[in-house]
Amino acid sequence: MKSTLFSKKNRKLLSDPLGDQNPITIQVLGICSALAITVQLQQALVMAMSVVFVMVCANVIISALRNVIPSRIRIIVQLVVVSSLVVFVDQVLQAFLPDVQEKLSVFIGLIVSNCIIMGRLEAFALGNKLWPSFLDAIGNAIGYGWILLAVAFFRELLGSGKLFGYQVFPDGWYEASGGFYLNNNLMILPPMALIVVGIIIWVQRSRKSFPEELLEEN
Amino acid sequence: MSFLRNTLNKIKPHFLKGGKLEKLYPAYDAFETFLFVPNHTTITKCHVRDSIDLKRTMGTVILALIPCLIFGCYNIGYQYYSQFDPSFITQNFNGFFNLFLYGLMKVFPMIVVSYGVGLSIEFAFAVFRKHPVNEGYLVTGMLIPLIFPIDCPLWIVALSVVFAVIIGKEVFGGTGMNILNPALLARGFAFFAYPTKLSGDKVWVSQGSTDTISGETALGELATLVKDNVSEAHVNDVLSNFGSDGSYSLLNSFLGFIPGSIGETSVVAVLIGAGILLLTGLGSWRIMFSALIGGFFMASIFKFWGANPFMELNPIHQLCIGGFMFAIVFMATDPVSAAQTNTGKLVYGFLCGFLGIMIRVFNPAYPEGIMLAILFMNVMAPLIDHYVVQASIKRRMNRINI
Repeated sequence: MKSTLFSKKNRKLLSDPLGDQNPITIQVLGICSALAITVQLQQALVMAMSVVFVMVCANVIISALRNVIPSRIRIIVQLVVVSSLVVFVDQVLQAFLPDVQEKLSVFIGLIVSNCIIMGRLEAFALGNKLWPSFLDAIGNAIGYGWILLAVAFFRELLGSGKLFGYQVFPDGWYEASGGFYLNNNLMILPPMALIVVGIIIWVQRSRKSFPEELLEEN
Repeated sequence: MSFLRNTLNKIKPHFLKGGKLEKLYPAYDAFETFLFVPNHTTITKCHVRDSIDLKRTMGTVILALIPCLIFGCYNIGYQYYSQFDPSFITQNFNGFFNLFLYGLMKVFPMIVVSYGVGLSIEFAFAVFRKHPVNEGYLVTGMLIPLIFPIDCPLWIVALSVVFAVIIGKEVFGGTGMNILNPALLARGFAFFAYPTKLSGDKVWVSQGSTDTISGETALGELATLVKDNVSEAHVNDVLSNFGSDGSYSLLNSFLGFIPGSIGETSVVAVLIGAGILLLTGLGSWRIMFSALIGGFFMASIFKFWGANPFMELNPIHQLCIGGFMFAIVFMATDPVSAAQTNTGKLVYGFLCGFLGIMIRVFNPAYPEGIMLAILFMNVMAPLIDHYVVQASIKRRMNRINI
C-alpha cells in the first residue's frame, strides 16, 4: 500500500516516542547516560545532538542494507555501522568542542552501547523502509533528547544555579554575599538524576495511565 | 467542648456529598477525628478490635519524644550561654528557665515549619486522592526538628520535609507504604544537599547575634583524629576532652550536655522515651536490644583492634555520643520500614547498630553513621523477612516429611 510522506501512520512514528512511547520514561532504556551527563545543560545538549545524528544515520543505513544483511551476523553489522558513526562524532567533537568532549569523555563512546539505538535498529530499521526508519530514528532520538534536556535543566538550575553555564540566580541571593540561598548539592550527585527522571515518569503516568494497564486492555 | 462539637456539626453539611466544599471532606474528617473520638462502627466481619488506633499510637510516640524535646531545648540554651555568658548557667531555677526558653524560641519555629509543611502536603494528597488524611506524619513531624542541627535555616528544613513526604512516602502510596523512614530521609536529603548546614563546627550551637560561636560534635571532634598527618599534640588535646574531666566525658555524653542535633544528645531523655515505648508495647524491644548489642559488639571489635585513637574509645562511650541511641530507639523501631518478623527484627536491629558504628569510625566524612545504616537496613528489611519466612517454611516442611 502506497502511503504519503506524512500519512497518519508516519506522523505517529514521529510523535509516539516523544510521549506515549518515550524510550526513557516508558521503555526505561538509555538510563545510564541520562544519569551520567545531565549535570549541565551544555553536555546534555551535545549528547542529545550526537545521539540524534548517530541514530538517524544508523537507522537509515541499516534500513537501506536490510535486504543484504544476513540475519546471522546482523548484530555485528549494526555494531560496525554504529561504532563508525560514533567514532566520527567523537572526532568532530574533539576538533570543534574539545572542552565539552573532555567532560563527556567515555559517554560519547558509550553511545555504541546505548540500548535505544540498538533497540531501534533491531526492532524497526531491519524490517522497515527508508523513510519510516528515518522518522522513527528522529522521533526516538528527540524523545531521548528532550528528557535529557529536561533533567539537565533542573539539575543545573538547582544544583549550580546556572543554565548553559550562565548564572541565573543573582549573586545577592547566595549566603556568601549576605543572602540565604544555597545550591542543592544533591542535584549534582547521580541519585538525583534518577529521582528527577522518576518524577517525570510519575507525572506522565498520572496524566495518561500506566502502560502496563494499556497492554492488558489491548 | 460542646462549642467545638456544635461548630463542627454546623459546618459538616458543606463537606458532605453535594455540599459546596465536598472535595475538602478529607480535611474536615481529619479535624473532626482529631478533636473527637470518631463514632465509626465496625462494618466488616471482624468485630474484636483493639481500641488503640493510629492517632493514639502516634500520640504515645510523641509523648515519648517529649523528654528529648525538653532536654534538647535546655541543652541549646546551655550550649549557647556556656560560650556567650556562663553566669546565666549558675543561677538556679531562673537560670534553667532562661536556658530552656532560649532553646524553645529556637526550636519552636522548626517544629511549626515541619508540621505546617508536612501536614499541608498530606492534606493536599488526601484531598487529591480522595482518602482520609493519615496520621503518619504526626510523629515524623516531631522527629524531623529533633534530628536537625539548631542553626539549620528553616527553608532547608521545609525543603527536606517536602522531599521526605513526597519522595519518601506519597510516591509509594502514603502512610504505611514507605520503604524508608521519612524522618531519616529528610535528614539524609539535607545532609547531602546542604552539607555546610548539616555538618562542621558552626551549626551545632546556636549563633545568636554574633557569628563567632563554634562547637564541634563529639563525633566531628573524633573524626579529626583519623585524618592524615595528625599531630601528637592534637590527638592528646582531643582525647583529654573525652577524659573524665573533659567536655565530652562519659557523664556529659550520657546526660547530654554536648553539642549535637536538637534531640539526640541526652541518653537519659532517650531512655525515658524508650521506657514509654516499651511499656506501651509500641516500640520493638527486639530491635532496640539487638541494635544496642550490635553497636556494642562493633565498638568492642574496634577497641580490640585499636588502629587509631578513634577506635580506642571505650565502647560504652562510643554508644553514648552522637545520635546512636536516639536513632535506635525512635528511628530503627519505625514499624513500617523495619523488619516485620521477630527473628528478622533481631537481625535487622543488630545490623543497624553494627553498621552504624562501622560507618562512623571508618568514614570520617560521615560523622554519624547510624542515619545511613538505618536507611540501608530499611531497604534490606524485606529481604531479611523473606529469608526468615523461607527458613520457617523449610523447617515446618521437614517436620511433615518425618
